[in-house]
Amino acid sequence: MSMTVLTVDDSRTMREMLRLALADAGFHVVQAEDGIHGLEVLQAAAERPQVIVTDINMPRMDGFGFIEEVRGDQRYRGIPILVLTTESDAEKKNRARMAGATGWIVKPFNPVKLVDAIRRVAA
Amino acid sequence: MDPLAAIRETFFQECEEQLAELEAGLLAMEEGDSDPETINAVFRAVHSIKGGAGAFSLEALIRFAHVFETALDEMRSGRLAPSGEVLKTMLRAADVLADLVRAAHDDDSSDDPRAAALVEELKAMSGGAEDTSESEEDWGDFEFKPQVIAFDAPAAPAGYVVRFKPRADLYAKANEAALLLRELTRLGEAQIELDAHDVPPLADLDPEAAYLAWTVTLTGDADETTIREVFEFVDGDCELDVQPIADGDGGGDGGEALPAFDLSALLAKVQQDGANDPPLIVQPDEPETAPAAAIPPPPPAAPVTPPPPANDPHPDAQGPGARKAAEGATIRVDLERVDRMIDLVGELVINQAVLAQRVMEAGLARASAVAVGLDELEQLTREIQDSVMAIRAQPVKSVFQRIPRLVREVSAMTGKPVRLVTEGEGTEVDKTVIERLADPLTHMIRNAIDHGLESPEKRAAAGKPAEGVVRLSAAHRSGRIVIEVSDDGGGINRERVKAIAVEKGLISAEATLSDEEIDNLIFMPGFSTASEISEVSGRGVGMDVVRRSIQALGGRINITSKPDKGSTFTMSLPLTLAVLDGMVVSVSGQTLVAPITAIVETLQPKAEDVHSLGGHARVISIRGGFVPLIDVGLALNYRADPLPATQGVALLIEGEGGARAALLVDAIQGQRQVVIKSLEANYRQVPGVAAATILGDGRVALILDIDTIVAVSRGETRKAG
Repeated sequence: MSMTVLTVDDSRTMREMLRLALADAGFHVVQAEDGIHGLEVLQAAAERPQVIVTDINMPRMDGFGFIEEVRGDQRYRGIPILVLTTESDAEKKNRARMAGATGWIVKPFNPVKLVDAIRRVAA
Repeated sequence: MDPLAAIRETFFQECEEQLAELEAGLLAMEEGDSDPETINAVFRAVHSIKGGAGAFSLEALIRFAHVFETALDEMRSGRLAPSGEVLKTMLRAADVLADLVRAAHDDDSSDDPRAAALVEELKAMSGGAEDTSESEEDWGDFEFKPQVIAFDAPAAPAGYVVRFKPRADLYAKANEAALLLRELTRLGEAQIELDAHDVPPLADLDPEAAYLAWTVTLTGDADETTIREVFEFVDGDCELDVQPIADGDGGGDGGEALPAFDLSALLAKVQQDGANDPPLIVQPDEPETAPAAAIPPPPPAAPVTPPPPANDPHPDAQGPGARKAAEGATIRVDLERVDRMIDLVGELVINQAVLAQRVMEAGLARASAVAVGLDELEQLTREIQDSVMAIRAQPVKSVFQRIPRLVREVSAMTGKPVRLVTEGEGTEVDKTVIERLADPLTHMIRNAIDHGLESPEKRAAAGKPAEGVVRLSAAHRSGRIVIEVSDDGGGINRERVKAIAVEKGLISAEATLSDEEIDNLIFMPGFSTASEISEVSGRGVGMDVVRRSIQALGGRINITSKPDKGSTFTMSLPLTLAVLDGMVVSVSGQTLVAPITAIVETLQPKAEDVHSLGGHARVISIRGGFVPLIDVGLALNYRADPLPATQGVALLIEGEGGARAALLVDAIQGQRQVVIKSLEANYRQVPGVAAATILGDGRVALILDIDTIVAVSRGETRKAG
């Protein structure tokens, strides 16, 4: 059974990059465009994602808010969440962890590292 | 297409959207918008461009976007006040960013000197905040200890003893101890010991707390850094101790006591324990949601199977697709298809007109069923035509959007501070009109700043604010779009304009001209007011080129100017280039169409009102004033001798800048909307003829280019006079 990954990013380019890398690695990908949309997709998903990959800077609801919402929901709090950060921005990384992020991926990611990071947080 | 190349294209498309958003946001801030979401959107735009550029290793773009982003972040966090000066620099940075995006798109790697200069400006603004994020990185307190130990043990140790005790936070962030242990087993041979001493009696057990600890003895090549990397994500959420195995000691206090079983055996055992000891499973129905504190981790080989989302209210809804479908308000259509449809509808309109005429000729009564049905058909045809035209209509925003940048550049070049005010960006007009509007508009804005506005010193002397205002507006007015470009500069210097026109031989020195006529001299070919060709406007094209471009669109342009108050250029353009309301006239047996928008009135010339000026030149007196009377048949060479004025009908027309003339035609046939067929595309350009159309009876009729006819005849009149 292929693992389902939810990607949340407002940039079309990033969403497509993630989809390409994840689909190539055999994951099933569902996408959302910002935090609020991410929550909607999570609610509506026929198959609960096993991993969430989210950007931080997004309109409507940013990555921090999204992580907090997911962690605050009994149904989803166990899902590992990886945040996409640029250049190992320590401050953002720490804030994301405070919000409950499981791990992080440094942009620009290479597909191998992305998949490695996912395997590190999900069985 | 290769998927990555396709994503690259997506990236550049997205960049354009983000650049537009960036500029709009900065402009809004310049206007005093202090909504934090505006600066956030601005920041995000640059951030996204940088992110995408990173994915495609577009180095120049990444470097610039990074510096820009840092400066914006300073502004976002309130450390840099969004003053006018700061925003101006930001806007220039946005322009450079746009150039860099385009250069990256075209694989142009040449260095933009402006980029380097702006990088310095932005860095100065950011006040050296540049590197803080990097320097803050990884100052975890226990990063230093291992290095000390590494010096103590110069020889590579045989392995490491890893003590790992998760805290509750680790599980709360959905990290999983078993997965981390599994990672360790990949690094070498691992012996894992579970320490479950802290697990309290069931009654005291907190399902969200962490009780388990592990000691892993890892032998193999993995060094300490690699081992610690496994725990990168849980840094701070666990107690972690990594010690080299001491020689002969077997590694620390627990080392020798380690039972020799591998991870899977441990996991299997723990799991079995769990199975045999039901009380240990705290929430058997919700294994996923309870942090795995006291629950044995699943065997690493088996994927964690999520429970079905039992309380999912919409099991059938399909993620992003569902939302998109609900939003689906627009579709993208190939322009060619739209144009083809417009063409076909044009044919339909003609065909309907032909049919109507045939039915009339057949002598059917107006009230007959056929005639009534035909009326309805006409109505429907019109509606279809309007709807199809509306597909091509777009807001002028796409052209207006380019103007702020232009203004900034010209302002910088001329050293004149300028504030641009735009109105009516949402006004819609045909796409082709919009596209062909860009050049003339660019030229007019340049002129408004370069020639229209005075220097700051002169403005100060005149008691005006140093910052000049250029206003650009669009509005619908009686079936046309009216675009105005105005400045609050010194107005047309009429003495100078007249002097130049005389010098260039455009008018005679004795000519008496009204103010309006002088103002309109600037539209004459070969006229350029700048005594020295300036860097900004000196391109060898003058206002005559602007006028011709506007005319080619079926539009008119004129100017009003007041000394010390400024000048206003007004362009009036048709909303579509496909149809025209025309007056159908006959001239020497030919059927011609005159655009109704140009016609002020029609009249029957009386012999006593017409005066000959010698040659074929005549004027007609209309309510006390004289206007040239132009014989269309002569102008188009349909006949050699002029038509006696009393035998024809005069169309009083108003050309550019309100110049009036009377066109003498043989007779008027009527008014009708005609579908414009390009003569240039199907034949070639003919002076005096703007286009052609097909009439109801199937005959081709030429559409008059009134301004050319007037201009040509005027020249002849002047020569004759």
